[in-house]
Amino acid sequence: MRSSSQLGEQSELDHLLRRIGFGATPAERALYEEMSYPRVVRALVDFDPTDPANDVDARIGTPGFLGITARNGFMPNTVINDARQRWVFRMVHSPVPLQERMAMLWHHHFATAYSKVSQVGGTEGARLMAAKPTEDTAQVRGQIELFRQMGLGRFSDLLVEVAKDPAMIYWLDGNTNVKARPQENFGRELLELFTFGVGNFTEQDVYAAARVFTGWNIAQRGTRDTPTSYYAFNYNAVQHDVAAKTFSFPIYDNGSKTIPARDPATGIQDGLDLIAALAVHPETARRMAGRLWNWFVSDIEVPDPAFVSAIAAAYLSSGTDMRKVIRAVVRSSQFRDPRHRYQRHAWPVEYVVRALKEVGCLGFSANDTLTPMLNMGQQLFEPPDVNGWALGSAWFSTGGMLARMNFASALATNQRFDLRTTSRPYNQTPETLIDYAISRLSLPKVRAEVYNPLVDYVRAGGTWTGSETQLLNKAGGVFHLLLGSGEYQFV
Amino acid sequence: MKVTRRQFVKGGVTAFTVSFAAPAFLSDIARAQGASRRNLVVLYLSGGNDALSTLIPYGDSFYYSRRPAIAVPAANVLQIGTDSSGKMLGLHPRLTGLRQIFNQGKLALIQRTGYTNSSRSHFLGTDIWSTANLVNSTGTGWLGRYLDALPDPVDPLVAWSTVRELPHALKSREVSVAAIPSVAGYSFLSPNVGAEAGYSRATMATMASHVPVDRPHLAFVNATSKAALATIDRVASVGTYTGTVAYANNGLAQALKAVAGSIARGIGTKVFWVQLGGFDTHAAQNTNAANAGYANLMGSVGDGLLAFYNDMRNQGLLNDTLVLQFSEFGRRISENGSQGTDHGAAGVMMAMGGGVQGGLYGTAASLDPNNVDGTLENNGGDVKYETDFRSVYARVLDNWLGTNSVPILGGDYRKSSLTFI
Repeated sequence: MRSSSQLGEQSELDHLLRRIGFGATPAERALYEEMSYPRVVRALVDFDPTDPANDVDARIGTPGFLGITARNGFMPNTVINDARQRWVFRMVHSPVPLQERMAMLWHHHFATAYSKVSQVGGTEGARLMAAKPTEDTAQVRGQIELFRQMGLGRFSDLLVEVAKDPAMIYWLDGNTNVKARPQENFGRELLELFTFGVGNFTEQDVYAAARVFTGWNIAQRGTRDTPTSYYAFNYNAVQHDVAAKTFSFPIYDNGSKTIPARDPATGIQDGLDLIAALAVHPETARRMAGRLWNWFVSDIEVPDPAFVSAIAAAYLSSGTDMRKVIRAVVRSSQFRDPRHRYQRHAWPVEYVVRALKEVGCLGFSANDTLTPMLNMGQQLFEPPDVNGWALGSAWFSTGGMLARMNFASALATNQRFDLRTTSRPYNQTPETLIDYAISRLSLPKVRAEVYNPLVDYVRAGGTWTGSETQLLNKAGGVFHLLLGSGEYQFV
Repeated sequence: MKVTRRQFVKGGVTAFTVSFAAPAFLSDIARAQGASRRNLVVLYLSGGNDALSTLIPYGDSFYYSRRPAIAVPAANVLQIGTDSSGKMLGLHPRLTGLRQIFNQGKLALIQRTGYTNSSRSHFLGTDIWSTANLVNSTGTGWLGRYLDALPDPVDPLVAWSTVRELPHALKSREVSVAAIPSVAGYSFLSPNVGAEAGYSRATMATMASHVPVDRPHLAFVNATSKAALATIDRVASVGTYTGTVAYANNGLAQALKAVAGSIARGIGTKVFWVQLGGFDTHAAQNTNAANAGYANLMGSVGDGLLAFYNDMRNQGLLNDTLVLQFSEFGRRISENGSQGTDHGAAGVMMAMGGGVQGGLYGTAASLDPNNVDGTLENNGGDVKYETDFRSVYARVLDNWLGTNSVPILGGDYRKSSLTFI
């Protein structure tokens, strides 16, 4: 624990851990406190996503970690509820939490919902959303694994993979996009949501984009009804509209706005050309910078124009290399500005994972986070629509806030014996107990209007002696109240 | 002494008789207080409802030629007569409930509602319908501004969203809106029991009453917590509501049941938000299916609203209740290659309730792609709006909620032919 002089004066390290990760356990925090700030940044940003040491899945179901609840076995590659548990587990325990944070960002950006994808079948839908290639019978790579693998690579590459991702194709009806009747859904959202956004394209561009992706369908491979069967991207050349497509914005370096007519066999290049143009469009760069501002810096203040310019420049000059872009975000003066601490509303998943890390999670099941998160307004693999979740204060309805308080109660109840143990050295006065909890929860300075009621709470029901019984009740009670406070809803 | 509006409201208006001699605002207030028992239930069909499959121009041959796979056969349409332009119209076959209400004269269908230069984006479209602002659709919602105009103190249950997310239309500057998707989950738990649990709830409420003026977003969260804790007990009283009719076991029907419960229990809510998703029917729209797709959506809407209507009527509450339905856009006239429809322009709105003058308002488009009478846009691809949706809002605000629509909508959008309420 930090010294009392630091109480409520939260360090830059805590800020970094909440924003690049989901907060830190006391053990993780102790580890990082031994390292210089630049070294922490390197450890958190410059990791290798393929390094087996960064894969915590093998620890699922072992002692000493967040629990899972298995029903007839734990099948995170084929059962969506188990996939949700696995993702929560990774967010809590991954040594490289930025991998999960980027996956979450892309899941929001390319918002795809299991409820529609599962129309191909519940098991197939779960595979398309979440299967890990090394564990799948046909090496299917679920969408979330794509985000985990490529989330810090080039955005232009990620866009191509998303356009070919069977879950995305099913989600935005690409499977029915054929030359006789182009299907606009994917083309529209590619322009409006995935790249440069409203105001930069016309209705005619939408129609042309739909034609570009004609024939980008999916097909069932392997032997039907056997483990070798799976859905895969299928460029259906005979269904591709080969005529030229003209846009209102340049597609090629020479300024040409027209994708030329091509043979069916090479027509897939149309989509690659359009994606390449959109990925490096200056407005895409600016929109991406704004998204990163909201996700890493503040969802309260509007993006600082200087930040947007700098990050957009980093995005373009690096050839859309997201790792370099994130590095620029973390090093920016705006990210490091103490004024921007606690200037983001915690998403339900951020709130839950941070609480599990800061309060403790031994003996708690990832499964018991899922219904509470749903009541807070967020279900993993189930964004409300292709625009992702409504952010900022939109998370904070009365029902959603009660759900947060009630999750806090469930966790504090579950952890009350551990909390008593760890609080015991601070049992001298109500204030020492409260100060300990505030520090443990990486809260900002708590004002008297909030602090004094907590003191009254600890005193309520009898003179404070710090007895074991009092500590059992009040330590859990104080953590519950702080987790339910307005202050804890910001990261 | 000059009487300000606010002092006047506090003093009450019952002793006064509204007359032509009274200052302009007096009639507003009298109307508002007379309307105090009235409530508004907004039904949002999210995804862009295919208006041409809801209210079907079964006499228009282009409806059939442009929708060879998904048109509803004329023989299956629930005929409800002709509009003022002589177009024959009928409801989707699964809207038997709505036809009953229509036949009782309590359902108004307002055709071709929309706005100029209609957005084909779900999100921009929803924002425009929510804010009633075509230029800047990022601010407060039209219902939020209505709530902001209510005299203090405003009850934290004045508005109730039955979906988890706060709808943009209800976003207000000053009034927190309750989002209660499930009455059963609207409770406060504590790690301890007995007196200790009581201390927890009381302390949480005290902490939440802090208003840090220098951190408005924290203040908003605290206000939300405070409102939540202050409304738990009243909301719980709705949890035991059974209703006078059976409600189907689907999301929309159960939301309408909760609305009926809160109206019947008189917990003070004036504006309710209910929502049904799934209208983004790009593929396999299944307008004619026995048990799938769009047909099921229509079944949910028609059956749910009929149950709600009968429940309200049985309890003598129908005259206090107005349901207003909208969607962010209508859909393309011609079907696409996926047996579905893409994003279009004008849609259809509905109003239902004891005070509604039922019937067909506005005129149907001619679906001839050559746009013979100027009722289409986008090269004959989409239906063009005839009635600005803000005119419908204006009617509801002025004639139902008893307020002045002009400041709330930022302009005078009244349309005298819109006499549905």
